[in-house]
Amino acid sequence: MRTRGFPPPDTDPAGAGALLSVDGLVKQFPGVRALDGVTLSVRPGEVHCLLGQNGAGKSTLIKVLSGAHTPDAGMIRWRGRPVAFPTPLAALRAGLATIYQELDLVDGLTVAENVFLGHERSRFGFSLRTKGNAEAAALLRRLGHPDIAPGRPLGTLPAAGRQIVSMARALSYDARLIVMDEPSAVLDAGEVDTLFRVVRQLTADGVAVVYISHRLDEIRQIGDRVTVLKDGRTVAAGLPARTTTTAELVRLMTGRTVEYAFGERAGPARRRELLRVNGLGRAGEFADVSFTVHSGEIVGLAGLVGSGRTEIVETVYGARRPTTGTVTVDGRRLRPGSVRAAVRAGLGLCPEERKSQGLFGEDPVYRNVSVASLARYATAGFVAPARELAAAARALTDLDVRPGDPRRPVRTLSGGNQQKVVLARWLVRGCRLLVLDEPTRGVDVGARTELYRLIRRLAADGVGVLLVSSEIPEVLGLADRVLVVADGRVVHEAPAADLTEADVLDLVLAERDTSGWQRANQGHSAVVPHDRSEEPT
Amino acid sequence: MSDEVAVPPVDEHARVERSGGAGSTWGGRLAAVRGLGLVGVLVVLGVVGVVTTHGRFLTGGNLVNILTSSSIVGVVTVGMTFVIIGGGIDLSVGALVALASVWATTLATQSLATSYGAWVMVFCAIAVGVGSGLFNGILIAYGRLVPFIVTLGMMVAARGLAQSISDRKTQLVTVQPINAIASGELFGIPLMVYLFAAVVAVGWIVLNRTTFGRRTFAVGGNAEAARLAGIDVRLHTALLYVVSGLCCGIAAIMIMALTTTGSSTHGDLYELDAIAAVIIGGTLLTGGRGTLVGSILGVLVFTTITNLFVLNNLPTEVQNIAKGLIIFAAVLLQRRGRASSA
Repeated sequence: MRTRGFPPPDTDPAGAGALLSVDGLVKQFPGVRALDGVTLSVRPGEVHCLLGQNGAGKSTLIKVLSGAHTPDAGMIRWRGRPVAFPTPLAALRAGLATIYQELDLVDGLTVAENVFLGHERSRFGFSLRTKGNAEAAALLRRLGHPDIAPGRPLGTLPAAGRQIVSMARALSYDARLIVMDEPSAVLDAGEVDTLFRVVRQLTADGVAVVYISHRLDEIRQIGDRVTVLKDGRTVAAGLPARTTTTAELVRLMTGRTVEYAFGERAGPARRRELLRVNGLGRAGEFADVSFTVHSGEIVGLAGLVGSGRTEIVETVYGARRPTTGTVTVDGRRLRPGSVRAAVRAGLGLCPEERKSQGLFGEDPVYRNVSVASLARYATAGFVAPARELAAAARALTDLDVRPGDPRRPVRTLSGGNQQKVVLARWLVRGCRLLVLDEPTRGVDVGARTELYRLIRRLAADGVGVLLVSSEIPEVLGLADRVLVVADGRVVHEAPAADLTEADVLDLVLAERDTSGWQRANQGHSAVVPHDRSEEPT
Repeated sequence: MSDEVAVPPVDEHARVERSGGAGSTWGGRLAAVRGLGLVGVLVVLGVVGVVTTHGRFLTGGNLVNILTSSSIVGVVTVGMTFVIIGGGIDLSVGALVALASVWATTLATQSLATSYGAWVMVFCAIAVGVGSGLFNGILIAYGRLVPFIVTLGMMVAARGLAQSISDRKTQLVTVQPINAIASGELFGIPLMVYLFAAVVAVGWIVLNRTTFGRRTFAVGGNAEAARLAGIDVRLHTALLYVVSGLCCGIAAIMIMALTTTGSSTHGDLYELDAIAAVIIGGTLLTGGRGTLVGSILGVLVFTTITNLFVLNNLPTEVQNIAKGLIIFAAVLLQRRGRASSA
């Protein structure tokens, strides 16, 4: 556990003169301590950047600030006074607005109606359309966008325009602080310039901006100070954004406080080639991806959210139809875009969003295990419940799922045990190639180590594993071979032993800075919440 | 740990929330029937019946009467239960019953039936039901249209087709073996009731004991997870509407037998009765959870209420109000049940 204090540059420890100051913030979810002592101090009129890897706690922090979550401990001071916003509306009314990645706008309404959503300009319950339009136009002018007509349907605006509307909405509450969660994720280079112009305009008026981004170049361009989060803690507060070196920021983001045990590698004994992916591509998502997975081998895909890694593995699995390329298992080409073909060929997927893509929450555990192999426990379509239950119980014991009662509704299990249930589903089927997308999301530290051991053991038994994770140490620790993915391309391939966390992060961030060719197409990934702080139920 | 797993215990956590959880004890299974509350409702209705009707309620004849009146809507409800557990809805069932009954009683069909046997009419009714169900299913599953809209369209179109085929006239059934289904009895119970029981039994087995039934729960509970687990969700969805259509075909035969007619007015509002029965039977309207036994109890509750009102010479308006209140109460109770189990 960390004990050392924060680096000194923040000369404003008491928060005097600060617009927002946060101290010792803690937020606990079942099984996960998402925030574990966060400190943050934002001055009026500055752009304060929040930096941290996936799972560092950024999303949870802004949810707490905006009133969406209640903190378990710690102090939030707003304009010098201690506050606890019970709802997002309370935070808005106090002047603290948040612009989320998934913009909370309504497509069917006009720009002006969206700006004043929730506090419509009205008299005696009748909306005052002209007044609303005029005030919206004034706000848009202030943001440097008189070109957006207040009466225009929101659905016809591009992503950048929607962001402007979100900001106008924040200003309509007379916001003093606007939190922007990865605003540039869905914008192309020109749109990002526009965004920055607007941000400068706002700060010139004394509005403070908390800016969250993975892109170090952006932080240098727009930021005044940087606060770095890691594993739910502030590891550096108020660093100067323009002069702190990239190496220093990467070091702060990656230095681990929790060490995971990954277990021994099975050794280099490469056996048969199981999976061959050749020139796989999907328009607007990724292009020209080729790799192989051998039996007993763990191949890791490292990359940021939105880099295309989930899209790649889901396409390999047949859940998405490729526009180019082939997937071959045991020398036989898989029918493209068919999950059933992939499953029959021996593939199994533990999907990224376990709850919505992997589990039948209301169903008992054993049915979640048997769902992919029901035919095995059935004669002429009639399921033999005893055989099904026994097979599920055996797999649960084998993976040490707790509690081991196969009749319990699966939603009552912890995140780690739910993940084991999904693994058990493929084990009872005799799956030979496991695709694991973020297998430890929402899983606490102890259970993670157990999952790592399990994945290693499966590989030792000859199962090929294709692993995706936002946690670079996880990929490096588990995988035999690592493919680094950035902006829809494999930018580097190397044995895990030859890479360090900083190497990978450099590759990922560097690629992001130079090639913006796909930024506009990351819509899908950008709406996937990627913080580990979701409740693992 | 492993000892516990080897012999799966049935403890307080083992709330298998649908009937027929594999290998559970009878006690556990009984408790598992979410429609258990409906048994209570039936008992209460029975007591009300005994008290208010001066002995006319609790007679063999009246009870058989309730079962017979339940049988046609009951068969439709079996199909509806599959569709709703699978995450859909079928508004076209009433119209399909009408269309099948009309198609099976046209002069052409009946003259064929006179030459080749009554099974021609049976086959015709079932083919119309299955065919229309398949049409619904293909549009919903492969055309990716919303079930509500597709079956609403089918509801209007099938009724219209039935009207145009019959020219809005009631067509008499002249083929005697069909009428015998309604008049025939075994041990004092009409064949209609046996047919109803057989459909329920087959439906229960398919829903709870076959891979098809299990996949129905999976598709309704989480279609995306089912797809990623390798289930052909689209094919399965289409088949659910075929099952519903099949039940409509069977119900059409029964209504032809009971009324000795085929008519475009048959099956009026069956879709609402069936959906209401499924819902008060404890099946989630969002899919993934439900019981066939609950749905059937729901049908019996509604029929019993009607029966009580008729026996007491009460107006049908009040009866409809009572039915509506029961739907509210059942859904509220379900919500409380869910909240406490969550």
